[in-house]
Amino acid sequence: MFALTPFEIGAIQLSLKVAGLALLGCLPMGLLAAWVLARCDFYGKSLLNGVIHLPLVLPPVVVGYLLLVLFGKQGALGRWLWETFEVSIAFSWKGAAVAAGIMAFPLMVRSIRLSLELVDTGLEDAARTLGASPKWVFITVTLPLILPGLLTGTILAFARSLGEFGATITFVSNIPGETQTLPLALYSLTQAPNGDVGALRLVVISVVIGLAALIASEALSRRINNRLR
Amino acid sequence: MQQKPYINIDIKRKRDDFTLSAKFQTKGGITAFFGRSGSGKTSLIDLISGLDTPDSGTITIGDQVLFDAESRINIAPEKRNIGYVFQEGRLFPHLNVKSNLLYARRFINTALDPVMFKTIINLLGLEHLLNRRPSTLSGGEKQRVAIGRALLAEPQLLLMDEPLASLDSARKAEILPFIENLRDHLKTPILYVSHAMDEVIRLADTMVLLDHGSVVAQGEVEDLMSRLDLRPLTGRYEAGAVLSVQIAAHDKEYGLTELSFSDHKLIIPHIDLPIGAHLRMRIRARDVSLSTSKPIQTSVLNVFKAKIIEIAPDGRSQCEILLDMGAPLIARITRKSVVELNMKVGDTIYAMVKAAAIDRHSLGLVGTRVRQIN
Repeated sequence: MFALTPFEIGAIQLSLKVAGLALLGCLPMGLLAAWVLARCDFYGKSLLNGVIHLPLVLPPVVVGYLLLVLFGKQGALGRWLWETFEVSIAFSWKGAAVAAGIMAFPLMVRSIRLSLELVDTGLEDAARTLGASPKWVFITVTLPLILPGLLTGTILAFARSLGEFGATITFVSNIPGETQTLPLALYSLTQAPNGDVGALRLVVISVVIGLAALIASEALSRRINNRLR
Repeated sequence: MQQKPYINIDIKRKRDDFTLSAKFQTKGGITAFFGRSGSGKTSLIDLISGLDTPDSGTITIGDQVLFDAESRINIAPEKRNIGYVFQEGRLFPHLNVKSNLLYARRFINTALDPVMFKTIINLLGLEHLLNRRPSTLSGGEKQRVAIGRALLAEPQLLLMDEPLASLDSARKAEILPFIENLRDHLKTPILYVSHAMDEVIRLADTMVLLDHGSVVAQGEVEDLMSRLDLRPLTGRYEAGAVLSVQIAAHDKEYGLTELSFSDHKLIIPHIDLPIGAHLRMRIRARDVSLSTSKPIQTSVLNVFKAKIIEIAPDGRSQCEILLDMGAPLIARITRKSVVELNMKVGDTIYAMVKAAAIDRHSLGLVGTRVRQIN
């Protein structure tokens, strides 16, 4: 049987934990950013759009290094975090989540924004004439209508977070049990002598997790789309 | 007794090169906003609903000030308690018909009166649709659901933006009776936007005529329809006087119905309505012919003695003649006849209306209301 070793279980758990935290941050902020980009008009909008999409076009190492400079003990944000909250995210799994979240963010924003732009604002107007305040319009009309986009964005961001490598290894290094997620563990095994079998097993695990996520999202979005049609 | 004006509007709004400037008041019943597309009808009700904001002026419904530019009052649309039926229905696609209908209830503190729910469902014929999805409904069904959804919010005023415009004539004919039902059975005042005069005549009591963003005229539908100066706006091919009549008798032998209005009788082919029923009908100007002497031995059943009030040449070969016979009547005849018969304003003349001219088609324009006496 394909029994998982403690090393593999640790890597899987860490990966899920990192990706989960990354999603938790990405989802509300992605929604906000998508809303601003889809619905608001202001000076400097294309600059904001550019900054949000930067991780998509930059080499991940660049993002990782920038994070290191910002959040390291000597970095501006890192020092502030340490002095006010006694928290340091560099070289910890939380840092890995930040790196994964930033890399996944543009994917999340893109798909939410696309579905937001498809929402007929006339329906939102109708809801207001029926007594819904803007907050309730969002909860009862907009949110249900962008659910497919939200779901797609979440799955894409989740997949991107699980696979994050370059920014992570640059920012938080490759520490077993702390920052050694699946791809990093796989990388270590490919560098070690006699690591072939272990590496292959991690490959299989990655494929299974990825496929499961895709199939689940496909099934979910089909159900949602049936409801909307 | 004269009712106090219920809705008072005096607003201005400028957008790009289009200025909307509207001042009017109206009491209950159905008030129609009539005008060509681009005359500002929809903009006007958007401003009333609160979805758009005027630059200046006031909007008052009953005792409630909804908008006052000077004292900076601008009630949010969700707090105005004004229902809005949009041209395209705008049903929520993620909710079934019942949830669409009850959408507004989650924002209302008092429980829904089941009798009211039943009444509205029955008036609009929605029972069998409750569990359907909006995407499976026909255009007419969607519009009925949209009307029900707006009414179940118990609005103090209902706005309808050409609710029939997106429907074919068969669907229109299907929905019109439902709207008449609402008018006759519910107390909610309705502002009804339309560019179809037959709908206005059939449904509305009061009419506000809009052109290029301004109110050109307002008043009772009958009064405005008999004004020749408004003819370019009310529509050339729609020309005809509108009469409020009552069913007086049925003639079974010849299959005729006798209508009465201000001491006159009008005979038309049989219509299936009870004696005493009130209705509004239009006599098309081209169905009225004139004679300077009293016609005897004519096939025309309806001959009225009338006075010429106004003669309006159309600049080509025809004239429209406004007559007073206790009620207004409009005739369209050739300019040649006007000259040859030497017709002048103030002359007494005989107007003839062929009963057979009032066919099923013109009867489609007849409102089947039973007016409440109050």
